[in-house]
Amino acid sequence: MGQQTISDDARLHSAVEPTSSGYETLVQMNDDGLYVLSVLVSGVHCAGCIQKIESSLSQQPDIRGVRLNFSTRRLALEWEGAAEQANGYVAIIEALGYSVQPYDIDVEKSELFKEERFLLLCLGVAGFAMGNVMLLSVGLWSTTTETMGIATRDFMHWVSALIALPTILFSGRPFFRSAIKALSAGHTNMDVPISLALVLAGGMSLFETINHGEHVYFDSAVMLIFFLLIGRYLDFRARKNARSTATNLLSSLSGFANVVGSHKNSGDTSRILIRDLEEGMIVRVAAGEKFPIDGVIIDGESDIDTSLVTGETMPRTAVMGAEIFAGTLNLSAPVTIKVAAAAEDSLLADIVRLMEKAGQGQAQYVRLADRAARLYTPVVHSCAALAFIGWWIIGGLVWQDALMVSITVLIITCPCALGLAVPVVQVLATGRLMREGILVKSGDALERLSNIDTVIFDKTGTLTLGQPTLDGGYDDEALKMAASLTVYSAHPLSRALSDAYDGALHDVSNVEEISGKGLCADYNGQPIKIGSRAWCGDVDAPQSKALELWLNIAGQSPVVFRFIDHIHKDAAEVIDKFMKNGIDVVMLSGDRQAVADDIARQCGISKVYAEQTPTQKYDVLEGFKRAGHKVLMVGDGLNDAPVLAGADVSFAPGTAIDMAQNAADVVFMGGKLQPVYAAYKVATLTQKLVKQNFALAVLYNMIAVPLALAGFVTPLIAAVAMSGSSLIVIANSFRLRFSA
Amino acid sequence: MNILIYLIPIALLLGLLGLAAFAWSLKSGQYDDLEGAAQRILMDDDDVSEPEDVR
Repeated sequence: MGQQTISDDARLHSAVEPTSSGYETLVQMNDDGLYVLSVLVSGVHCAGCIQKIESSLSQQPDIRGVRLNFSTRRLALEWEGAAEQANGYVAIIEALGYSVQPYDIDVEKSELFKEERFLLLCLGVAGFAMGNVMLLSVGLWSTTTETMGIATRDFMHWVSALIALPTILFSGRPFFRSAIKALSAGHTNMDVPISLALVLAGGMSLFETINHGEHVYFDSAVMLIFFLLIGRYLDFRARKNARSTATNLLSSLSGFANVVGSHKNSGDTSRILIRDLEEGMIVRVAAGEKFPIDGVIIDGESDIDTSLVTGETMPRTAVMGAEIFAGTLNLSAPVTIKVAAAAEDSLLADIVRLMEKAGQGQAQYVRLADRAARLYTPVVHSCAALAFIGWWIIGGLVWQDALMVSITVLIITCPCALGLAVPVVQVLATGRLMREGILVKSGDALERLSNIDTVIFDKTGTLTLGQPTLDGGYDDEALKMAASLTVYSAHPLSRALSDAYDGALHDVSNVEEISGKGLCADYNGQPIKIGSRAWCGDVDAPQSKALELWLNIAGQSPVVFRFIDHIHKDAAEVIDKFMKNGIDVVMLSGDRQAVADDIARQCGISKVYAEQTPTQKYDVLEGFKRAGHKVLMVGDGLNDAPVLAGADVSFAPGTAIDMAQNAADVVFMGGKLQPVYAAYKVATLTQKLVKQNFALAVLYNMIAVPLALAGFVTPLIAAVAMSGSSLIVIANSFRLRFSA
Repeated sequence: MNILIYLIPIALLLGLLGLAAFAWSLKSGQYDDLEGAAQRILMDDDDVSEPEDVR
C-alpha cells in the first residue's frame, strides 16, 4: 500500500468518525527530544499485521521509530515534530482496521516484567557456570589423583569454587528468597530443602577444597541450580498470563468520550478520558460507537445492541429518557446522553468488581506440584537427619564424615526432576494446543481443566453463532431489492440480509433509517420499505418464533424474511462427548426462557437457567461451586465475564469481547465448539503425563537415596543420577507430542 | 600440566564474554517479545525501520 492512499484513508476515516483524538495528552518526550507514544493495538494476530502497521507508520515523514511488541500488543512510536501528530498516527492504524487503546505504561515497570528478566539472567549465569565447572569436573573424573597430582587437583577445585560459589549466591536467589519467605511465614515449601542443599553443598565443598579433600560437589550444586531454574522459568512463562488483574480489565474504561461543553454551556466538544467523566456531563455517542458510561438519553433515539450486557440477540429501541449501560453499542443514530454515574460506579465497573472478587476466590487452588512439595520436604529432611544420626551414633563415623553423607543425601534428592515434571509437560501441551488455535493463557489451567465435572455454556455467541442469519429460500428479486436497502444499515438483521445476498444491487435513493422501525427509500420513483412487521409488514400473517424483516414495495404484497441465530454445527456432538465422560452440562443465558429452552433442546442440554442478569449468573456459579462441583465456564459476553473469572477454569471464543477473553483461561479460535473438547482431552493427557513424571521422580529417589544413605555416592554418580533423571522426565513429557 | 595456568583462565574469559553478551541482549530487551520475533521471520522485506532505543 502506498503512502498516499493510506493518509487519504486516514483523513477520510477521521472525518467520518473522529475517534482518534485526545492521544496528544498521552505523548511524552524522551531523552533524545523525540515524542514517544505507547498504545495498545488489538486485532494483531500474525506477521502480516505487524508488517502492515509498522511499514505504514514508518513511511510517515516524521516517524523515527516504530516497534510493535507481538506478545503484549504494545506499539511504541517515536517521532519529531508536534505532539498532536499522535492522533494522525492513531487514525492510520485504525484505518488499517485495528482498534487502538491508550496503553498503561506502568505495566512495563511491573514486578512481573522484572521477574522474567531476573529469572533469565539467573539462568544465563547458571548455564555459564555449569558449562565451565563441568569442563573441569570431566578432567577430575577421568583421571585419578595419582596421575594428576594433588596440586593440580586442588587447583582445579579452587577454580571450580571460584566459579560455583558466586553463582550459587547469584543464581540461587530465586530459591533463597522464596525459602526465607516461607520460613518466616512459619511453613515450608519445596525451596527450603533446595536452598539448604545449595548452601550445604557449596559450604561443604569449600571446606573440602581448603582441607585438600577428594570430593567436591560444586558441579552438582551448579547443575542443580541450572535445571531447577529451567523448570522455574518455564513455569513462570506458563503462568505469566494467568488471570488478568483489575488493571488489565479496567482498560475497557480507558478510552475517550466526546463531551459536549460540559457545564460551561459552550457548544464545543472535547475529548475526555472515560475514567475522568463525572455525573451530569453531556456525552455525544456516534452511531457504531460503544456507550462509554451509564447514562440517560437526552437527545435523539437509536437502536441499542445490548448483547454484551444482557446476552439478548436483538437490539432494543431507546428513546429520550431511556437508561443506557456502559459497554452497549449504539447502532443506528447519534444520540446525546447525560452521565448518570461516574465511570467507577457504572454497571461495567460493577462487573469488574465482581470479577475481582471472583479472581480472589480462584487463588485458593493448590497445584499438584505444590501438594507434592508439601509431602516431599519433610521426607527429605528426615532422610538427611537420619543419615547423619545413623552414621554418627550407630555407624561410629566422626561427625564431619557423617555430615558428608547427610549432605549427599540432600543433594541427590534435590528435586530437579520434580521441578521439571510439571512445567515441561505444560509448555508442550500449550504449544500443541496453540497450533490447533487454542490459546492457553495460564499454565495450571490445564491442570484445573482435567478435574472438571460440570460445564456451563453461555447461549448467545457460544452455543450459537451470536448473530442472526437468513433462514430459508427466497425469491431472487425480493432479496436483491431488500439487500439494496439493508446495506445502508448496521442493524444485525440488515447485516445478516446483506451477507446472504451476493450480487449487483438496485440503485435506490433517499435512504432513511427510522429507529426502531426500519429503512425506507425510493426506487424508480416508488417508495419501498423494509422493517418490522408492525411498520410495513402484514400484521395478520401467522406469528412465528423467528426474527423477521418485512419488505414492502408500494403496490405489492409484503414479503417476509426470517432469521434465526444458528447453533454451532458441532454443538450437540461436543455436548454429547462431555456427557459421555460423565460431565454435567448446563446452559446459562440472559435471553428469554422460550428462546433458551429451544436452543437447549437442539443441543441436548436439560439444565437451563434463562433470563439471568450478570449478578444472577455469578450466583448460579457460586451455587455449583458450593455444592463441590468443579466448573468449566464457556462464554463470550460482558455478562459472562464474572462467571468466567470465578469458574475453576474458563474458555472464551476468539469472537468474544476483549474483557471476556481477558477473564478466560483459554481462548479458542475457528468458529467451532470442538476445540473445547479437544482442550479437555489434551488436559487429561497432560495430567496423566505429569503424574507419570512424578512417579519417575519418586522411582529415581527410591534408587538414589539408599545409595546416598549407604555412603556410596561420589560427585560423578550424583551428576549422572541428577541429569539422568531430569532427561528421563523431559523425554517422557515429549510423548505428548506423539500421542493422538 | 603448566599449560592449564593459561588455558583455564582463557576458557573462563571466553565464557564470561558470552555471559556478558547474554546480559547485554537481555537488558536491551531482546527477550521481551519472543513470539513476535518468531513471527517476524515470515516478513518479506526489510524496510521496517528498527528503533534503537525503544524500551
